[in-house]
Amino acid sequence: MQRALKKYYPIFVIPTALAFAVAFALPFLAGIMLSFTEFRTVVDAQFVGLANYYKAFSNEDFKNALIFTSQFTVVSVIIINLLGFTFASILTRALRGTNGFRTVLFMPNLIGGIVLGYIWQMILNSLLYYSELTIYADAKYGFWGLVLLMTWQLTGYMMIIYIAAIQNIPVELIEAAKVDGASKTDILRHVTIPMVMPAFTICIFLTLTNSFKLFDQNLALTAGAPSNRTAMLALDIYDTFYGRVGWEGVGQAKAVIFFLLVAVIAFAQLRITRSREVEN
Amino acid sequence: MLKADKKNSIQKNSPQKKEKATGMFYIMLAVSVAYLAPVAIVFYNSFKSKLYISSEPFNLPSRVTSVGFDNYIEGVEKIQFFKAFGYSLFITVFSVAAIVLFTAMTAWFITRMKTRISKALYYSFVFSMIVPFQMVMFTMSKMANILHLDNPVGIIFIYLGFGAGLSVFLFSGFVKSIPVDIEEAAMIDGCSPIQTFFLVVFPILKPTAITVAILNTMWIWNDYLLPYLVIGTEYKTIPIAIQYLRGGYGAVDMGHMMAMLILAIIPIIIFYLTCQKYIIKGVVAGAVKG
Repeated sequence: MQRALKKYYPIFVIPTALAFAVAFALPFLAGIMLSFTEFRTVVDAQFVGLANYYKAFSNEDFKNALIFTSQFTVVSVIIINLLGFTFASILTRALRGTNGFRTVLFMPNLIGGIVLGYIWQMILNSLLYYSELTIYADAKYGFWGLVLLMTWQLTGYMMIIYIAAIQNIPVELIEAAKVDGASKTDILRHVTIPMVMPAFTICIFLTLTNSFKLFDQNLALTAGAPSNRTAMLALDIYDTFYGRVGWEGVGQAKAVIFFLLVAVIAFAQLRITRSREVEN
Repeated sequence: MLKADKKNSIQKNSPQKKEKATGMFYIMLAVSVAYLAPVAIVFYNSFKSKLYISSEPFNLPSRVTSVGFDNYIEGVEKIQFFKAFGYSLFITVFSVAAIVLFTAMTAWFITRMKTRISKALYYSFVFSMIVPFQMVMFTMSKMANILHLDNPVGIIFIYLGFGAGLSVFLFSGFVKSIPVDIEEAAMIDGCSPIQTFFLVVFPILKPTAITVAILNTMWIWNDYLLPYLVIGTEYKTIPIAIQYLRGGYGAVDMGHMMAMLILAIIPIIIFYLTCQKYIIKGVVAGAVKG
């Protein structure tokens, strides 16, 4: 079969590989190289060594964005997964209307980030209107606004994954625990949670990377206001590239740092939670 | 026996448990109402004059505050909503079709054809999944510009490249689980590899193809930054048109904004309610394998 296939390499592989090279692989490599240069239009790039990285690390906006993003990520990962798992365990019991609830809770996940951002901007500004404020008044409004928005968007999604995991637990296992006299909390702690550990791995991974890389929602909700205090890393990189002439190289250096951070966090998290999974 | 007993005790003999279940039902009902509230508030505000949206946001439109469909009519004109809808639809449909077709072919081929190039390609695709868009946005949009891909047709090619990571990964995972015998039998019977793929392999891949199509549709339809950087100045998709409403500086017309948000949500709700089963299955399958 291998021999018969060989001639067909171009037909099967070239369209995807070419698109991948143009859209991702070459821009990725060029991006790494450009982070060591100063440029405006790519062709005028001049090697400057680590100067861009030095500038990126000493940039106040970047530091602020890093802190804001980290805090936001930790808070939203915890809230979203706690709520998602709680809803999932409620909606897998014998309860009226579970399908309807699932449908409603999952719905916000399909709405795009820009639209979500403006929906919540309107709601939050309306609430703050009564104390004569707007979401731009203080960074804390932007922070909790984003947390609320992300919770609204992602809880249903995580809930669906947890539901699938809970439904996969063999009934005999729970029955056996009941026969042995386990209470409801015992079953939750010693049967349900260990059995859905792979779902925790997936859900924490998804919420972690989604929160850390957030852009659209951030842009629509506050666009960084007041004075870049609510700009997350992705938005700060965007602003550095397109908002500040002569700083394209620094923007690219920030992007490389951002990529490395995402990679490290993703691998570390997968390692840690994978090690806690039990064999099925 | 025991199982049946337990069930009975929950359903009949224990009013306490029943009460608790009703309590849970009302809690979930309250949560669902809270979940729908933001969209409902935006919806009824879309019929109010912009003056009243900020001063009495939570009141329903009254005879004084209502402007009927004016916000819709003016908003559609202002951001050329239907043009944006057309671009979004065109780009999403053809990009998803291209992704499903080409990445299925590639995934099957590199999984079956075990060479060093196949392996290198596979790992490059997987690697691309963790790279944030900001890493390549500047160089990629320059590249698109140089190669004249900065139009609604060219962007399909870009989406094929970006969608390849996850899609090849999902298809490959499934191909590995199909026994190779069927394909070999087809080839011995005289099928060419192309016939084998389209007549034998692709029909088996259908469940994964649906997952790939759903995940990519949700991504491309809602995507903002990529189309904004590549084609945004000339061709505005729905998210770009909504963002454009905010403009550079100055106040946003909240009436227009509310109406356009609702128009942007309607297609998504229709899509969700018609394909709900596939969407939820696809999202779970995509997450579990990703």
